[in-house]
Amino acid sequence: MGLTIIEKILSEHSGKQVKAGDIVVAGLDFIMGQDGTSPLAIKAFEEMNGEAVFDKDKIALVIDHSSPSPNDGVSALHKMMRDFVKSKGVHLYDIGEGVCHQVVPESGKVGPGSLVIGADSHTCTYGALNAFSTGVGSTDLAGGLISGQMWFKVPETLKFVCNGQLQAGVYSKDLILYLIGNITADGATYMAAEYTGEAISNISMDARFTISNMAIEMGAKAGLMEADEKTFNWLKQFTSESFEKVEADTDASYYNIKEYDVSSLEPQVAMPHTVDNVSPVSQVSGTPVNQAVLGTCTNGRLEDLRIAASILKGRKVNPDVRFIVAPASKNIYLQAMQEGTLQELIEAGAAVVTPGCGPCVGTHNGVPSNGENVISTANRNFKGRMGNSSAYIHLASPATVAASALVGKITDPREFIK
Amino acid sequence: MKLEGNTHKFGKDVNTDYIISGKYKFKTLDMRELAKHVMEDLDTDFYNKITAGDFIVGESNFGCGSSREQAPLAIKYANIGAVIAKSFARIFYRNAINTGLPVVECDTDNIDAGDILKVDLETGSILNKTKNETIQAKPLPDVMIKILKDGGLAPHFRKHGGFNL
Repeated sequence: MGLTIIEKILSEHSGKQVKAGDIVVAGLDFIMGQDGTSPLAIKAFEEMNGEAVFDKDKIALVIDHSSPSPNDGVSALHKMMRDFVKSKGVHLYDIGEGVCHQVVPESGKVGPGSLVIGADSHTCTYGALNAFSTGVGSTDLAGGLISGQMWFKVPETLKFVCNGQLQAGVYSKDLILYLIGNITADGATYMAAEYTGEAISNISMDARFTISNMAIEMGAKAGLMEADEKTFNWLKQFTSESFEKVEADTDASYYNIKEYDVSSLEPQVAMPHTVDNVSPVSQVSGTPVNQAVLGTCTNGRLEDLRIAASILKGRKVNPDVRFIVAPASKNIYLQAMQEGTLQELIEAGAAVVTPGCGPCVGTHNGVPSNGENVISTANRNFKGRMGNSSAYIHLASPATVAASALVGKITDPREFIK
Repeated sequence: MKLEGNTHKFGKDVNTDYIISGKYKFKTLDMRELAKHVMEDLDTDFYNKITAGDFIVGESNFGCGSSREQAPLAIKYANIGAVIAKSFARIFYRNAINTGLPVVECDTDNIDAGDILKVDLETGSILNKTKNETIQAKPLPDVMIKILKDGGLAPHFRKHGGFNL
């Protein structure tokens, strides 16, 4: 019997052939922590009597969730991270560098076949690069920092075959929202999701990251994709290191294979307060919007900003809508600035905040008021997520967010796309 | 290890933002302070309803969402004895074991708020004293038992200098 992508990666990193269900201790290629999880990991590192890190070049800490610091409590935790990286020689992406799930791929240190842990649940994002990357807590992170290893239960794989072509105005965000709505918030718990088919090969790397990013929202441990020319061309921008792609064997064993035809998919919206509460935009359009958010590790990439700008160029967002834009990294911020995309967004009414997580996690940059509706390109709409449990968060694509900001109501973006 | 306490019942998909909101967890490492806000968005007065050793009983997918270890820690420091649910999200489950919060996976359909439960963590047997019923939980994987026996992953590392699973 053949092996899945994840079985191959875990076999390679544990030095023996493993199958779903086996438990292995495997060597790690890269480790990431952010400002919501690293302080506790540093504490655990000390409790473990940690002295040196296993390899300072395979670790990055990122200050992105509460960045720049909005209060003295956060400042103290940021300082703890800065002190740690100085004493251990580890790289820190400090305020303004961007959100962890953009700066880590841009570091060029993660690629096909890599095994990565990150103390952030959306670490599954790098699955788009044909890497097995998964979210862990602070104590597992600390164990990794010391030993360069973690124990894993080899997961079964749930394969999503996405056939057909997305229509104009329908994006990878709509596809992943649809898939999550279809299999629900725990439909892939303990499993690796694998996305394949022409609808995946036809889209850009920016669009692929969005899909892998949200694997955790169906409970999955990883959101894997195959590597192709687009993968390697994307990596070439950031590294000269060569990676070898990892392909599943044709006789690999899957938990389940689900086939979809995406050709008639319409834009989707996840309604409050769960990510799997998904409706086609036509069923929910007209809902008033008070705040629109473009950005985050899900949809703050250059292509996302361009899509929004193509709808907003030369127009003004509705005066009753606060439109907040958080580019995913400094690199993207600069490119969007140089090519004029950012100017188009700002002229349309965008308030641009520091590259990073923006208002997604409820720490700063736009906490909604009681009873307000938010439409956001983020990945979570849990009650209270953005800092107010009496607000209502809706998730959608950059195009749907831009169209909704313009009209002041949830709007099908295809009205603005020729 | 045997635990006995009162049941606080919650629904499915209890996410880590509900367990401890991001607006608190970024500010401090003082888990006693965070514990006061545990489950606040689902039940504003929850912390004050807890008697030490009580259980949180959920349905499916307990602990879904973020990787914040503050979630199991806030529950632990709120003096909850164990979390019992039909299924757990995987990062929460790992974090709970790593930080020493007992998690028990079993059918919870017939456990109601206020039921008095007696939980034997070693055998996985749960006696619902109020209903006089016994429920059998799924056993923990061996590696997790080893980590729990050492008191969590940090003591495991202190003892062995790395993984010894």
